[in-house]
Amino acid sequence: MLMKSLLEISDLSIQYPRAASPLLEHISLGFACGEVTALLGPNGCGKTSLLRAISGELDYSGRIHLFGRPQADWYRSQSEHRALARRYGLLAQHSNVNFAFTSREVVQLGLGPGSLSRVEQGDRVEHFMQRADVWHLRDRLFPSLSGGEKQRVQLARVLSQLSLAEPGEEKILLLDEPTSALDLKHQHQVLALAGEIAGENTAVVAVLHDLNLAARYADRMVMLANGQVQADGTPAALLQPDLVERVYGYRGQLVDMAGYRALL
Amino acid sequence: MEFRLSDKSLLPALIALLLLGSCISLAVGAMTIGWRDVLAGLMQWSWPGILDQDVPEQYALVLGEIRLPRLLLGLIVGGTLSVCGAVMQGMFRNPLAEPGIIGISSGAAVGAGIVLVFGGVLSVWLGAFYEKLQWLLLPAFASTGAIMATWLVYILGDRGRSVVMMLLAGIAISALAGAALGMFAYVATDTALRDMTMWQLGSLSGATWTSVLVTGFIFAISAGLLWARANDLNALLLGESDARHLGVDVIGLKRQIIVLNGIAVGAAVSVSGIIGFVGLVVPHIVRLLRGPDHRYLIPYSALLGGLLLTVADTIARSVFAPAEMPVGIITALLGAPFFLFLLWQQRQQIF
Repeated sequence: MLMKSLLEISDLSIQYPRAASPLLEHISLGFACGEVTALLGPNGCGKTSLLRAISGELDYSGRIHLFGRPQADWYRSQSEHRALARRYGLLAQHSNVNFAFTSREVVQLGLGPGSLSRVEQGDRVEHFMQRADVWHLRDRLFPSLSGGEKQRVQLARVLSQLSLAEPGEEKILLLDEPTSALDLKHQHQVLALAGEIAGENTAVVAVLHDLNLAARYADRMVMLANGQVQADGTPAALLQPDLVERVYGYRGQLVDMAGYRALL
Repeated sequence: MEFRLSDKSLLPALIALLLLGSCISLAVGAMTIGWRDVLAGLMQWSWPGILDQDVPEQYALVLGEIRLPRLLLGLIVGGTLSVCGAVMQGMFRNPLAEPGIIGISSGAAVGAGIVLVFGGVLSVWLGAFYEKLQWLLLPAFASTGAIMATWLVYILGDRGRSVVMMLLAGIAISALAGAALGMFAYVATDTALRDMTMWQLGSLSGATWTSVLVTGFIFAISAGLLWARANDLNALLLGESDARHLGVDVIGLKRQIIVLNGIAVGAAVSVSGIIGFVGLVVPHIVRLLRGPDHRYLIPYSALLGGLLLTVADTIARSVFAPAEMPVGIITALLGAPFFLFLLWQQRQQIF
């Protein structure tokens, strides 16, 4: 498979003002189309900050290229910004909407005022709400949903946003702890969905905490700690007690059962 | 299933109520005029001699020069405050933001007060030229005050993240504005003093055709421009970061909201003073009836706000007729308990 890097980070450092040492130091990473990459590491290692830097919400030094162009270029004009928005989506960790939108209306916001007909909009909203397993919640008020339900509705919104890309255009989807509020079934469902989306011409990067979940659904795992990339490779290569102890400071036990490897 | 009224039922009902309210407002007052005479009087005023009938001269005068501009000003000011309230609430992402509560109207009142009190000095220098300028100076200064107050509240309120800070900043600005206006009172002339007292309570009694034209023009432009960005305003309800990822130019949008709201509130306050709670109650009712989508929220708020303020003004004029109450007392009497009710509802979420 031809690997093309849609999101290219080189020599990236992030230093918060008033922090003693940089959060991330001279990191270089590339994310390819068709792959789900799990971004892992202990609390405070800079996973979310990395996503925020990629989104242009945080100052950094170094270079970030989106679809081969410097990130800042995409925000130079309103038309370029809109062009980026239909190919580039981020699911935030927390979401709060204080107004009484229904779930369906929230997902609809992903499609914006675009050129789609009313029927086409409705179809897409239904399609992505079905895939995120929230179609049954369509007429519920968003603020009344549970945390996990909100997270899935927001996922459907981001997916519908990316459906605005032209056919053949590659896309980037960033997920910041997409499973943090989900029950067991939906953790698996959402990550399987992330795999499907990657197959639809998309580079998917997901911040995750559960190593076993990441190992099962990600094509590639990247472990961050102490400002550096500690490991970068296939799940099989990274699910090692020695490495995990070095990154997390906790040594688990590797269990191999019927072809599934898990660190307990 | 969430309860939403359709446009087919809501729009005609609202327009019918608006017409009914307008007719009642024209008929009621210190001099009660029958509905046939209202029509005849207005026709007589707009085109003298069009009717064969004899219409009392003072009917035409009262209707055309006093009640009609006052009615229109009520519709415009009510619409302005409601649209601005709706959009403010969207920007602060909180249904408690309102021009009066968060101190924007107070900021505008200080701006207007400066012109009223120190305008005397200017008029000595500029003479008659100043007289011609005053209709513009008043809204201009009021708008500047409103924009500065909005910006300050927004920054202090941690860009809409902290409701507590937003409300406290509003209290601080209102207190500061109250002190400034109180100080102005010592140097003000008698006329200026009377105008300022009226402002602090809020009243439509100063309506003239000039004020109707100026505020109407500003209302149409600013509400129209804000309505044109309804989709972006909807996206903003998801949060600034999410809106930005949806392709919305968030910084530009917020700048536009603050400036347009400031100009519109400033223009409204410069003619009617601080009329509180309209911008709180009206968008809330519209959201209950039609949902939070700004494409509908903005026009319906404009209509319902006009209706509500007209009704309140009619009550204010007729309860103690022939004396009249400042309409701000009525809106506060109805709106403040509503505000308390909203606080009560949100009490768990705020802190």
